[in-house]
Amino acid sequence: MKDLVLSLIAEGGALAGVPFSLAAPLVMVAFGALVVFGFVLPIAGITSWLERRVWARIQSRIGPNRVGPQGFLQWLADGLKNLLKEDIIPSAADKWLFSLAPYLVVVGFIATFAAVPFTSSLIIADLNIGILYITAVTGIVVVGVLMAGWSSNNKWSLLGGIRSAAQIVSYEIPAGLSVFPIVLLTGTLSMQGIIRAQGWAPWDWFFFYNPFTFAAFFVFFVAALAEGNRTPFDIPEAESELVAGFCTEYSGMRYLLFFLEEWGNLYVIGAIVTTLFLGGWQVPAFTDNPMLLAVAQFGTFFLKAYFFVFVAMWVRATLPRVRVDQLMTVCWKYMVPIAIVNMLGTAAWMLFVPETLGRLVQFGMTGLGAVVVVVFFRRVRFHLRRANLKPSDYYYSPII
Amino acid sequence: MSRERATNELWVPTGVGAVLDQYIGVLFTFVIGAVVVGVMVSASALLGGRRRTSVKDEVFECGNPSSGPARGRFSVQFYLVAILFIVFDVEVVFLYPWAIVFRELGVPGLVAMGMFLTILTIGLLYEWKRGTLVWE
Repeated sequence: MKDLVLSLIAEGGALAGVPFSLAAPLVMVAFGALVVFGFVLPIAGITSWLERRVWARIQSRIGPNRVGPQGFLQWLADGLKNLLKEDIIPSAADKWLFSLAPYLVVVGFIATFAAVPFTSSLIIADLNIGILYITAVTGIVVVGVLMAGWSSNNKWSLLGGIRSAAQIVSYEIPAGLSVFPIVLLTGTLSMQGIIRAQGWAPWDWFFFYNPFTFAAFFVFFVAALAEGNRTPFDIPEAESELVAGFCTEYSGMRYLLFFLEEWGNLYVIGAIVTTLFLGGWQVPAFTDNPMLLAVAQFGTFFLKAYFFVFVAMWVRATLPRVRVDQLMTVCWKYMVPIAIVNMLGTAAWMLFVPETLGRLVQFGMTGLGAVVVVVFFRRVRFHLRRANLKPSDYYYSPII
Repeated sequence: MSRERATNELWVPTGVGAVLDQYIGVLFTFVIGAVVVGVMVSASALLGGRRRTSVKDEVFECGNPSSGPARGRFSVQFYLVAILFIVFDVEVVFLYPWAIVFRELGVPGLVAMGMFLTILTIGLLYEWKRGTLVWE
């Protein structure tokens, strides 16, 4: 961001002559508006369309395909429809809290984008406490959800709100603890600092750094899905038992805003995972052109982050919902102890494992990861071809 | 490369409140988030019709007439989870400064934090044995 501001206020730049102390906040605010309106809101909407298409594909259905090419404009149509719906506040509801709840939920979600990096120079605010800030502001969403559940004066809403609060605060512990292996390795909380400590090559990612960071990735991703109220952890809004959970009494635009948060939050999860474990925007220095490099960095980061949005859709289409007791058991009896072991393990690794051995482990784990990917795609190919095979040819060989 | 300590650059180099300048962007995203909700909700209030009926304003209980208070009592388990959360969340907050300076602390740092976490884990095991984590 600093380089960008300096180039803008230089001779011939768009803001030539403006002092740096004025230009910097100006550029930051302009970029913030661009991010929110040009990126956050469209991405949440497009994800809602893509999610329905992906589920449909997985479940051998068609999905929304009428509005625009391949149904691409479905999200705009949905938004417009909800805009024209009546906004009902039940007479028994607490009106102030009822209308305040969507604000907290959406503000808590949009505020996370202040510290989400896009390229090496594009980030609204590269806070020196970046990852801690993101953990903190996502906490606002819990308050909003609990507020929505309480103020609706509805049994389903209250149950949904309380379940959600219990779930989110529980899973915040493993998610928070899984950040520590990375913080230990980099010695910084800044998002850009964490990315700079990694490299473009997979063996320089923290994902493959050692077995502990590898496990921490999975703990973090599962905990983040649970924090985002995603299936298989969507008991707060379980349709089959709680109507719509904490948003049962909401209608029209306010109802839509809760789902805006849910879909937009998927990208935030993807972005955090990419930053912490997958090398963020790191690309090989293939060109001197800063513009081209920025585009490549943006594309790399976006693809990595959006891949995890796709994984979340895939998980939702595949797995059934867990029960409350299973949810709490998984969190407190498995994920919290594993996360603590990951943290202490990484600390011990840093102290006792020599550099060359650590390097070898990085290459070895990357190779293992490549093998898993190859086996996975062979399996996919096998299932795709299976439709055309005789039953006697169904045998899947894991080796050849 | 990954073993080098990353430098944390602040991009506003000089002036009073160089760190605070970063938070203009943060404050701005908060404001813009509230504006987005405000505009959407008020546009919906303007464009969407409004015809209130007594049935529409009732509590939605799948068509049945509502019975009993909506804000009844709920399981004590939720309170226990909240207490457990506070203990562990405070622990997480304590861990941040330790994690950042861990490279300078070295082995004594690991030993000290190991002792702290052992005490905490004993607490978790005690809760586990007492059946707090069993959800019925």
